[in-house]
Amino acid sequence: MPVTVDAPAIELADVGMSFALSDGVLEVLRGITLTVRQGEFVSLLGPSGCGKSTLLRVIADILPPSQGRAAVLGASPAEARRNRAFGMVFQQPVLLPWLSAEENVGLPLRIGNWGSRHHASTSPDELLRLVGLAGFNRARPAQLSGGMQQRVAIARALVSDPQVLLMDEPFGALDAITRDRLNEELLRIWTQLRRTVVFVTHSIAEAVYLSTRVVVMSPRPARIRRIVEIDLPYPRHPKMKDAPEFTRYTAELRAALEDES
Amino acid sequence: MSAPAVGVPARRGRDRDNSARRIALSLTGILAVLALWQAVMVVFKVPHYIAATPLEVIDALRAQPVILATNAWPTIVETLGGFVAGNVIAVLIAIGFVHNRTFQHTVYPLAVTVRTLPIVAISPILVLLLGNGYAPKIAIAALITFFPTLVNMVDGLNAVDAQAQELMHVLSATKWEVFRYVRWPTSLPYLFSALRIASTASLLGAIVAEWIGSNKGLGYLILAATYDYRTPLLYATMAVASALALALFGLISVLENYFVPWRRTGGVS
Repeated sequence: MPVTVDAPAIELADVGMSFALSDGVLEVLRGITLTVRQGEFVSLLGPSGCGKSTLLRVIADILPPSQGRAAVLGASPAEARRNRAFGMVFQQPVLLPWLSAEENVGLPLRIGNWGSRHHASTSPDELLRLVGLAGFNRARPAQLSGGMQQRVAIARALVSDPQVLLMDEPFGALDAITRDRLNEELLRIWTQLRRTVVFVTHSIAEAVYLSTRVVVMSPRPARIRRIVEIDLPYPRHPKMKDAPEFTRYTAELRAALEDES
Repeated sequence: MSAPAVGVPARRGRDRDNSARRIALSLTGILAVLALWQAVMVVFKVPHYIAATPLEVIDALRAQPVILATNAWPTIVETLGGFVAGNVIAVLIAIGFVHNRTFQHTVYPLAVTVRTLPIVAISPILVLLLGNGYAPKIAIAALITFFPTLVNMVDGLNAVDAQAQELMHVLSATKWEVFRYVRWPTSLPYLFSALRIASTASLLGAIVAEWIGSNKGLGYLILAATYDYRTPLLYATMAVASALALALFGLISVLENYFVPWRRTGGVS
């Protein structure tokens, strides 16, 4: 995939987010400054409800930041959204039950006639194969397991060829075994396509195993507590999870998460 | 990997067994009631102008097919006319509600108020306004089906899950695309629930409307048979009305299975 823009994949400058509630103001994000280079796999790691999903929604132009500025590939999030610069995977697969797996993957191409205006490099059928669902094209979501549904969601996020993949705890609702398997798949896809991934998770091991960098966030209001480079070689293998370097990273991240200062 | 639908035929097969069993059970129930009814009538020697026995009803159905059919026809026209009109208007207004809050806040209370007026009281008014033909009967059948469909459709169109809305936003979908790809299909199970209620309600509306002023239709026949103490004919008329309602109900169910095949397997996952 040729990189067309030199700009960083994601740039966040002093991003803050507050919600007005009936009994005051809820501050969710404070002073988030972060640059994600193209091709990186960055995880946002933090306790549940800390605001990491909110940060992802700021990047995805679902929520406007109350403070600061966000940019995706040098453009505003709104522009990036209109250009389909990013694809999004949610915590739930959010598949439309009346469409087949292939139709669900192809949905973004139908919206705004995207498919007829842009030449997609990979068809829904190829993407289903890429995520390991060859032959399931005509299956309805209800006929697929939770893990398979999330694979369809990943394929759908990739169908309009985005440079950036935003993933909001995509495997949080899955059992541990399925989750491990999907981690493998995601790494394989990432190595193959070399897109930028921003991955929200509250699992330390998942963050270390997948990422080039892990951003540790504090409880609400979320600030960046530490950024840890994960200097483990790719391709990564499940066996690496038992290696001393791996456990050193998990210990370091756990310490950063628990740090009360 | 193998084809995904391996488990499906087996499940369908079990469904079929279950539905055959269900039909058998409900027929048994009906036949038991009819037998009991016949027995009570014979044992207690109830005069036939007070109440008819099932066998007398069958005789009436066989003896007077013409009078039943000629009176069933206007009722069918009114029921279907009211059913279609009431539901179409309700669906259109519900779509308007979802896309325009001001419209919703103005019209919804009005719709609720109209609903609280007893249909028996509105009917004479509509007869005065619309004359003695099909129009007032269709209007009443439409009125009685309108409200459940409106309420269900508003719920259904709003039942879109938050993440699905975010997905459509990320895809920069227009309001029309959100409607076409998500809102409308999401609302279909709700719509069919409403249509099943409406199928029996619209017939009821048509019959009540005929009571107010009509010289044909099943409603008229019910009144005429009652005044003339032609009790078996009265019961036969009710049987015909009930059969019509069942037919419409069944038609809706068939359409639902065709248009909403995902209904049994859950919502947005």
